[in-house]
Amino acid sequence: MAISAGEVKHVAGLAKLAFTDEELQKFTGQMDDIIGMVQQLSEVDTDGIPVTTHITDSTSVMREDIAVSGTSREELMRNVPQHQDGYIKVPAIIDESEEA
Amino acid sequence: MNYFKHDFASLHELLVNKELSVTDLTQQTFDNIEKRDQKIGAFLNLNKAAALKQAAQLDQKGVAADNLLSGIPLGIKDNIVTKDLKTTAASKILENFNPIYDATVIEKLNALQTITVGKTNMDEFAMGGSTESSAFKLTKNAWDQTKVPGGSSGGSAAAVASGEVIAALGSDTGGSIRQPAAYNGIVGVKPTYGRVSRYGLIAFASSLDQIGPLTRTVRDNAILLNAISGLDPHDSTSSSHAIPDFTAKLDGNIKGMKIAIPKEYMGEGVDSEVREGIKNAIAVFEKLGATVDEVSLPHSKYGVPVYYIIASSEASSNLQRFDGIRYGHRAADVKNLEDVYVKSRSEGFGDEVKRRIMLGTFSLSAGTYDAFFKKAAQVRTLICRDFANVFNDYDLVLGPTSPTTAFGIGEDINDPITMYMNDILTIPVNLAGLPGMSLPAGFAKGLPIGMQLIANRFDEETMYRAGYAFEQATDFHKEVPTFGGQD
Repeated sequence: MAISAGEVKHVAGLAKLAFTDEELQKFTGQMDDIIGMVQQLSEVDTDGIPVTTHITDSTSVMREDIAVSGTSREELMRNVPQHQDGYIKVPAIIDESEEA
Repeated sequence: MNYFKHDFASLHELLVNKELSVTDLTQQTFDNIEKRDQKIGAFLNLNKAAALKQAAQLDQKGVAADNLLSGIPLGIKDNIVTKDLKTTAASKILENFNPIYDATVIEKLNALQTITVGKTNMDEFAMGGSTESSAFKLTKNAWDQTKVPGGSSGGSAAAVASGEVIAALGSDTGGSIRQPAAYNGIVGVKPTYGRVSRYGLIAFASSLDQIGPLTRTVRDNAILLNAISGLDPHDSTSSSHAIPDFTAKLDGNIKGMKIAIPKEYMGEGVDSEVREGIKNAIAVFEKLGATVDEVSLPHSKYGVPVYYIIASSEASSNLQRFDGIRYGHRAADVKNLEDVYVKSRSEGFGDEVKRRIMLGTFSLSAGTYDAFFKKAAQVRTLICRDFANVFNDYDLVLGPTSPTTAFGIGEDINDPITMYMNDILTIPVNLAGLPGMSLPAGFAKGLPIGMQLIANRFDEETMYRAGYAFEQATDFHKEVPTFGGQD
């Protein structure tokens, strides 16, 4: 096994995803296959080869510092699931019932 | 409207001469969709009221004689944002998302007065090669409704191939325009990275994604790519490279053109009938006066693992924005903020998207970064160099688009690796940022074979020139699918 269920669970935590035990098992098997497949890269000699992270010759471009009107707050709020008085509404960061 | 008998130019002539109104053309396009889409399932959402209103306005003004695309109805892949028209990327997490702006490609098309008839089905967040990972519906192949349309732009390809619309936009990260174009027997182009603005394309893998056209002819494809190309201040990776008229060299003359056939593209993994079809296509090019040689792209076989690490890593980063706060699905029954993130994402994303987020997060995490992400980014450099070496001596690379013709619905969906291997011939093109085209090159057991032409960066002109010469010398593009007596 290239990856264990425990490791998959840890990665899920980093990715803000939750899996049931059954899903975790399925994902661990599939992740293991995929990681096995991608590990064939280890046979390639990449000593001294630079990385390619983007394909563009563009360099930083400066624009004139001119103020332009942006998107209205109303528009920006249109797809917000819960809002009130122009603010985005979210639950408490810390679970209050746990605090008590 | 029988789109099988038309192209942009002939429709434009009807509209300018007022033999057909834009309203009639638009209405007839919706009639096509109504008649065929129960079988094909290409569209997720139609834009009927707004499209007909826009058509009526155009009829009042009249179609300008110098604007070939004015009044032409088009399909748009559902990961390209359209103002006030629901855009979901075929994901539950964006089920009720109404964009407040238009993607740059849509702004450009609106300025040319095309008409958006609706949003086409796709694999969720463009992750997949069969359109089966859509959260909402299945799309069927236009030639055989037991087969997948390919993906991820399966809806756009099937809509064009079934004659519902004359053309559509798709997006291509690892083959998502070219492979469905191949499976549906039409022309699909992934432009050079940077040719078309990605602003308003819901990001999957930002160093690979490009928007491009799906059409029934090479010329229409060139016209539509001209319409959407260009530098965009909203996308710092869009290029200021000069944009030639892509139709200027469509003269059928390819004498002396140097074409390279990578031996890795004609190997064992390629279905024998597909290989035979491509060999026949090569003979056509030779007859037209091109010289054809075998070459090697030695690192092609690593394209799939490199792609799955890089694309998934970029996706895991891009898809962090779906957190249930500013837009998209927010889970009910949550105790705290962490809960909002985890439950909204776990409920909103489908399995394939979760798999890729997981692989990407894993590849980028401490302890695996060097062995996975960095290694893949280094091998990507070797893949780029392979192509650069070939383009030192050749104008064009040619091979199959996909190792097989369209596979059966449900066949590969539970086996991610088999599904990933379908992209082995298209992925290297994205990794190297090159332009690639798929066009019809024959049939195997009644299903279309796609031929892929790959050009050097920003040399779409050569690709279109060769594609046009082949198209004019063959009749494959004139074949039309039937719909079990429905038409």
